[in-house]
Amino acid sequence: MKKAAYLFLTPALTAIFVFFFIPVIAAFLISFTDFDIYAIGNYSRFQFTGLENYRKLFENDLFWKALVNTFYFVVASGPLSIAISLGAALLLNSKLVRFKGIFRLVYFMPVVTTLVAVSIVWRFIYHPEFGLLNYGLSFLGVEKIDWLGDPNWAMPSIILLSIWKNFGYNMIIFIAGLQNIPEELYEAAQIEGANAFQRFTKITLPMLAPTTIFITIITMIGYFQLFAEPYIMTQGGPLDSTLSIVLYMYQEGFRWWNMGYSSAIAFVLFIIILTGTLLQMWYQRRRTA
Amino acid sequence: MNSWREQGNLRLRLVLFIGLFLFPFLFIYYGCKGEEKGVTEITFWGMGAEGEKIQALLPEFYRRHPEIKVRVQMVPWTAAQEKLISAFVADNTPDLCQLGNTWVPQFVLLDALEPLEGYISKSAVVKQSNYFKGIWNTNEVGGKIYGIPWYIDTRLMYYRKDIFKKAGYELPPKTWDELLDLSRKIVKLQNDPNKYAIYLPTNEWAPFIIFGIQNGSDLLKNNWTYGNFSGDKFLEAFDFLMKFHKERLSPLGVSQVTNVYQAFEEGYFSIYISGPWNIPDMKKKMNDSTGEKWGTAPLPGKNGYPGASLAGGASLVMFKQSKKKEAAWKFIEFLSEKGTQLAFFGETNNLPAVVSAWDEPGFKKDPFIPAFYEQFQNVVATPKIPEWEQIVSAKLQQYAEYAARGKMTAKEAMQNLDREVNIILEKRRRLLGK
Repeated sequence: MKKAAYLFLTPALTAIFVFFFIPVIAAFLISFTDFDIYAIGNYSRFQFTGLENYRKLFENDLFWKALVNTFYFVVASGPLSIAISLGAALLLNSKLVRFKGIFRLVYFMPVVTTLVAVSIVWRFIYHPEFGLLNYGLSFLGVEKIDWLGDPNWAMPSIILLSIWKNFGYNMIIFIAGLQNIPEELYEAAQIEGANAFQRFTKITLPMLAPTTIFITIITMIGYFQLFAEPYIMTQGGPLDSTLSIVLYMYQEGFRWWNMGYSSAIAFVLFIIILTGTLLQMWYQRRRTA
Repeated sequence: MNSWREQGNLRLRLVLFIGLFLFPFLFIYYGCKGEEKGVTEITFWGMGAEGEKIQALLPEFYRRHPEIKVRVQMVPWTAAQEKLISAFVADNTPDLCQLGNTWVPQFVLLDALEPLEGYISKSAVVKQSNYFKGIWNTNEVGGKIYGIPWYIDTRLMYYRKDIFKKAGYELPPKTWDELLDLSRKIVKLQNDPNKYAIYLPTNEWAPFIIFGIQNGSDLLKNNWTYGNFSGDKFLEAFDFLMKFHKERLSPLGVSQVTNVYQAFEEGYFSIYISGPWNIPDMKKKMNDSTGEKWGTAPLPGKNGYPGASLAGGASLVMFKQSKKKEAAWKFIEFLSEKGTQLAFFGETNNLPAVVSAWDEPGFKKDPFIPAFYEQFQNVVATPKIPEWEQIVSAKLQQYAEYAARGKMTAKEAMQNLDREVNIILEKRRRLLGK
């Protein structure tokens, strides 16, 4: 019986092994070598360098800058985007709202739109002279801001874009979570005299906890891998203020062919994401225990 | 009755299933068989628009060489290098392709390219004397020739004639001092904080390297194993260019200029150092194809005029892994003929590499072309090492931006640049040391 089970699992396991485990292990090994363009041409020109890549990485200012930028992005846009998703979900779940289908569609639309197209449109919105955003702000008396050209504003601009782009996905999951909360709980609470705020904090939030954990972890993992937005909008500039870890890894690996070095970056990122996920799971378990 | 129908159904399904399963293999079989008897099929990878436009040249080639068939594959420029390297690793390179001439050293290093001396010495068409010296030189690595120039480019000055005249310059500047003086005059004349004289964006490394070379810098020292950007000569040139940013003669950011042609037309800047690919769009945007309001001119120089510029363009290369080199070489020869070169210019506006093509009256008629001819007399190659792209487009641009925004002095920026360049070149030093 057990044999048969393994037999049925074999194709899937083989695929996972060949296309997932082997590359991951290979990348891990490569991160301890100086594999680069010299080595692609002639395998005798690469050698085992131990922790050299990691040492270089930790000594490199650009890596730390990319790391700080990535954390800035995750810390700023993670909670904000989850809050906005939840807010939108609550609004759309309210009995007072009409045309729910249309609103859901509209909010979800950015998620399924190609990022490249979105980024190009947003570049026009952010344009310092002719952009819609500065035009709108000019009515409030705000001076022209060079959104993508100013090192202090570039990252907030990327954050705004990616929140707008992504909140619809989490919103849909929150709506599903909200619909799973039994109506009786609210009725009972109302009879007991709980006001709207109390009903939200005492019923909605606790009942949404599993959904929230899922969304937090998925969002964090996704946001740590920030890549396409800066890649298309700013190429990491100005003054490297939007350079993310993954963008840095991509540039080192596929533009300059420093595969060993870039594998080392990948594993540092892996450790960071793993730590973040474990911390969140530990925190949630402690709270529910 | 019922079971018979079911059985028949089952059989039909089985046949269908097997048929569908085998169907793709038919294609693979015929795909591999593809070549007709006596016809050699060669694969050519063309990049960007060239990959499309080259089709127009093929009928003439087939007329003369019915025994060869060319399969053209289009590859976008942005993905070209990645695709070529992947193809090389997978032992799946085309027979020949076009290669940006600054990429040649990288592929020589991979040992992917076929040296061409043997073919050139036997050829009646391809001769070194047919080409501009600086351009030919870019294809030579370690004393061997790996590419034949196909079309060429270099950077020179696009300028606003009308604005220059108002600023008191009937002729474009010929020296660095004149360039600076003119830029100051233009800004004064325009008297508008939103208008500048020259566009020197920090995300274009070429002008920085050009001015460094003009000042006699060797860019990298000790057989290209150490950076020499903080050396006196490069530093002086870099400092000179930084003046344009400090005195607000050049716009600081890159994001203000979403369309250079528009900005040029509006007088946002009056000087732009760039290549021939801009001519068609400039003509359109300026609504002037006779050179009334704008023109092209060779670069001003530090020691003599015209000042040096970069030898750019694309070369035709053959891959070592190819089994059809004789046929591929015939195609290269065809593309290197004067007539083909002019026809290709007509299709793409890419400047012909063969010098004799430049004498053609129809070609010289364009008022923006002669300046390029003059500039090509003084073009030089950048250091031929695979790390060059990374050094300039990642590091030099990064530190140029830091200096332009005043976060570092020119000297600090160049010292930091050298430090990083030396790290990048570490492996090269080690391999050469062996």
